[in-house]
Amino acid sequence: MSTESKTPVDDIKPASLWFRIIDSDLFNSFIRKPVIVASAIITLLIFAIALFAPWLAPHTPFNPSSLNLMDGFTPPMTANEFTGNEYLLGTDNQGRDILSAIMYGTRISLFVGFAAVGLAALIGITLGLLAGYKGGWVDGLIMRIADVQLSFPAILLALLIFGVARSILPPRVMDEATVWVLVVSIALSDWVQYARTVRSSTMAEKNKEYVQAARLFGVPAPLILLRHILPNVMGPVLVIGTIGLALAIILESTLSYLGVGIPPTQPSLGTLIRIGQDFLFSGEWWITLFPALTLLTLALSVNLLGDWLRDALNPRLR
Amino acid sequence: MSNLIKHVVAGVAVSALALSVTAAAETLRWSSAGDSLTLDPHAQNEGPTHTLAHQIYDSLVFRNMDMELTAGLATDWYVTDDPTVWEFKLREGVTYHNGAAFTAEDVVFSIKRAQHDNAGVRGLLGTIADVIAVDDHTVHFVTNGPDPLLPNNLTNLFMMDKDWAEANNVTQVQDFAGGEETYAVRNANGTGPYRLVSREPDIRTELERNEDYWGMGMFPLEVTRIIHTPISSAATRAAALLSGEIDFLLDPPVQDLQRLENAAGITVRSAPQNRTIFFGMDIARDELRQSNVTGANPFSDVRVREAMNIAIDREAIRRVVMRGQSVPAGMIAPPFVNGYTEELDAIPAVDRDRARALLAEAGYPDGFSATLQCPNDRYINDEAICQAAVSMFGQIGLDIRLESKTRSIHFADLENHLLDFYMLGWGVPTLDSHYVFTFLVESQSGSGGAFNFTNYANAEVDAMIQAMTSETDLDVRNQMIADVWEIVQEEMMYLPIHHQVLNWAMKDNIEFNVQAEDQPHFMYMTFK
Repeated sequence: MSTESKTPVDDIKPASLWFRIIDSDLFNSFIRKPVIVASAIITLLIFAIALFAPWLAPHTPFNPSSLNLMDGFTPPMTANEFTGNEYLLGTDNQGRDILSAIMYGTRISLFVGFAAVGLAALIGITLGLLAGYKGGWVDGLIMRIADVQLSFPAILLALLIFGVARSILPPRVMDEATVWVLVVSIALSDWVQYARTVRSSTMAEKNKEYVQAARLFGVPAPLILLRHILPNVMGPVLVIGTIGLALAIILESTLSYLGVGIPPTQPSLGTLIRIGQDFLFSGEWWITLFPALTLLTLALSVNLLGDWLRDALNPRLR
Repeated sequence: MSNLIKHVVAGVAVSALALSVTAAAETLRWSSAGDSLTLDPHAQNEGPTHTLAHQIYDSLVFRNMDMELTAGLATDWYVTDDPTVWEFKLREGVTYHNGAAFTAEDVVFSIKRAQHDNAGVRGLLGTIADVIAVDDHTVHFVTNGPDPLLPNNLTNLFMMDKDWAEANNVTQVQDFAGGEETYAVRNANGTGPYRLVSREPDIRTELERNEDYWGMGMFPLEVTRIIHTPISSAATRAAALLSGEIDFLLDPPVQDLQRLENAAGITVRSAPQNRTIFFGMDIARDELRQSNVTGANPFSDVRVREAMNIAIDREAIRRVVMRGQSVPAGMIAPPFVNGYTEELDAIPAVDRDRARALLAEAGYPDGFSATLQCPNDRYINDEAICQAAVSMFGQIGLDIRLESKTRSIHFADLENHLLDFYMLGWGVPTLDSHYVFTFLVESQSGSGGAFNFTNYANAEVDAMIQAMTSETDLDVRNQMIADVWEIVQEEMMYLPIHHQVLNWAMKDNIEFNVQAEDQPHFMYMTFK
């Protein structure tokens, strides 16, 4: 009893950042779930491998002059019958080291994923804030566009955008810009979720006292949106972004698998799977299996993280 | 009396045959990587396009499945007393699918139509000065000088109905390179064994037997309905045959041959193909369109071409990319062809050091960059061959970028002369080197050089090629052929890769021999 009364409020030292993280609800819920910890470790590991691929990869798979055709179709951990070279995960039909190709391919897949999520979030948040804050016909217009877009499957829309870009851009430009066209097509088919979520949060926030107060002070609307409302609607966006990353990676792979994405000279994971598929019947399973496993692991880990983040940030589920 | 018996026996035989024809009503579902580019029979001189046209249209002279010349819409042909005039006797009682009668007027119309600048087949008709209808069933071909091989050039030359063409405004050949669409591109009216039921390009084409065909009883014609669904993915194509979704596969993937052969109920038939795959480059242009070299065209230097030629490891391509299903080539004509010799076809030894030295000598010690354009659904493993070649060129210091696309775009780009460096395959339906020369070597003018996208022009060579057509002394003519080949080889005009080996996979109740032109004429197909 007495000790309690002896501790004045201003005696408490500001906790260190590290301590605040360790002590947070989020961290506690994280550390208590081994699956989530494993997912996080795997995700970080894959990110790191992709990031440092040029230094880690044993070969340079995107440099055609480094390939030896006679190394083609070498099975994993077996010496090639002509050259005697050995590769941990084998080689593809051009003699490209599968392990290195996966490292570089993951790099492209992740880049497209992050860039697409970033662009989709930017478009979605901007339109969502605008719709939620302004209301009226602006809200109506933006949300109807979103509804129309939702009625199309994302893959169809991405294919459409990709097809239009291919016919508009000259082939040379298109080749160089393929990655960016992919980013744009995935982002444009993905922004709706951000817009909807941000809009509903904004509508709830805009009538709260702090926003009213800011308005009374005469703070201009864009500043209110950015400074006051945006930070309060970011939680759900983070969750959608994480799940969106997994979806974007899968969508990129799907497009590349369908042959409209990254060209085979610089394969992403989806392109690698597509190339390998042609050799499934003939028994060269490693060309498609290892990239597919990588994609599966990556998408699963990121997805699990996203799911966990959604539950952890949802006060009703605590 | 004996004559009467003969007639009766013949009559019984014919009706028995007719009975067996109707008894074996078979639908044939087949697939290949690509589809015909157009139904206009004169617009393109290209394998898959001719394959479909052969089912619907007839030519005057047929080349049967054993590559022999046989009577088609013409029953007889011979050189008249004037050595520059061929007389063709036409088959009587032949009707088009719309019921109109086939006459000499249609032959005159079709040949003249096919000589138009838009016509991809015009190179076949370079020697023809005029076509004259003598009567309803006799036609005279007047040639510029004697042309002893004229009938060989008519096997892929299809006969169209003049009235139908006029009624539908298609008397002019479609401008394929310009992307023109005409009525004849999606509709057809031939005299052939099958009539068009429906067509969705690149998706599905359905044909049914022409019950009024003049060849009823002469050819097996056991297939009554043909459904063609192109499948571009190699694995899916093989799976379609394995699962029984299709009965016949024109181009089984080379990696799956073993598996298809081992599968119950499926046979694979092989034969060397009348087609050579090679690279060509624009050697006349002042500057390449896509290169880091400005003010000069590296390809116009024969040392550069030689360096590239000895950089290609053809044996590695055969072994890995083609899984043994190819014959490495040193010349751009397959062994069936008159003028072929083993010396010309010997492949150069791979020598990267010498290649680098040659490049340095030509002024490119650090190499140069260029773009290679390839189709990805035309030849067996075309894209994979190009990828392999790019890495081989990389090993001598050339930075070659690969652009691969579907064949309709690739061929249109070629005809519009947009490509610096390209892949092409060439078969020789006439089985004579002149066909190679007139399409690929002769300079571009009139009917000559229709596929000479290298823009190579040599007046001396042109004169020799033109002289060849009217040379009647075979020994002299063969010497001319040998001389032209020598120049083509010396100039390294093209970089040959290999002769294709054909494999057709089919259900094992089908009797069908591989035809070296890779053109299945389904009226010859029979069933066990």
